[in-house]
Amino acid sequence: MSEALHYHFDVDGASFANAGRASVETKKLLRQLGVAPEVIRSISVAMYEGEINMVIHAHGGDADVYITEDTIIIILKDVGPGIRNVEEAMKEGFSTAPENIRALGFGAGMGLPNMKRYSDEMHIDTKVGVGTTIELWYHLKKN
Amino acid sequence: MKISQVAEILKARVLTGEDKLDYEVHSACGSDMMSDVLAYVKDQGVLLSGLINVQVIRTLLMMDMNCVVFVRGKTPPAGIVDFAEENGVVVLQTDLPMYESCGRLYAAGLGRSTEAVCDDYADGTESADGADHE
Repeated sequence: MSEALHYHFDVDGASFANAGRASVETKKLLRQLGVAPEVIRSISVAMYEGEINMVIHAHGGDADVYITEDTIIIILKDVGPGIRNVEEAMKEGFSTAPENIRALGFGAGMGLPNMKRYSDEMHIDTKVGVGTTIELWYHLKKN
Repeated sequence: MKISQVAEILKARVLTGEDKLDYEVHSACGSDMMSDVLAYVKDQGVLLSGLINVQVIRTLLMMDMNCVVFVRGKTPPAGIVDFAEENGVVVLQTDLPMYESCGRLYAAGLGRSTEAVCDDYADGTESADGADHE
């Protein structure tokens, strides 16, 4: 399998209730493809946090999943406000989410740290006023 | 411990998942913060929560957990119970508050989710460090 499998999801920014749909779908896909359960869980959690962030901060965006034999890459792209200070945003507990989001169970300042924790590599490309693209990389171990 | 025992200990009603009460669970976690569940829970088990939105169910699915207990008699909207049912999640509802629910299950021997986190809470260091030691 040299060609990458590619799946695209629109992350609907209009409704918090829809946040996480792409992650649930991706999880099902990865299960069907026989990806190891620990890897699936890491991808699910990181992507889910990413989706929640996109809905809270950026009115949604695009989620793309690329799968090759040895690598899975998740690309989350939005045209939201961008992250002003990435270093600060990476600190656990730091959050700019509004109070109403906290009442929904998120906004504890764990989003980006969780995404880093649950990925092999995380690359953030962000520009204030333009948007944010986050790549999550997973290197699959050969049996 | 079987989910049926969890229900019995908490005097809980089964809102969906009657057919899965024989499933074994080995740990539990009580939280209203889904991000914390995503960050710290290692052994998939029961989630106790006072939060009743659809993200609670999605968080469970992401973490491969199969049972949620809504505490303090909170009644989830029907859509949430349906969503849980579609995805094979057992939903219980108890009138007990969070603290007592957790205490009863703990006393009955249901294990802790993450030793490291508990230790960190105990010695007062930052809880955030817990998951980074590994």
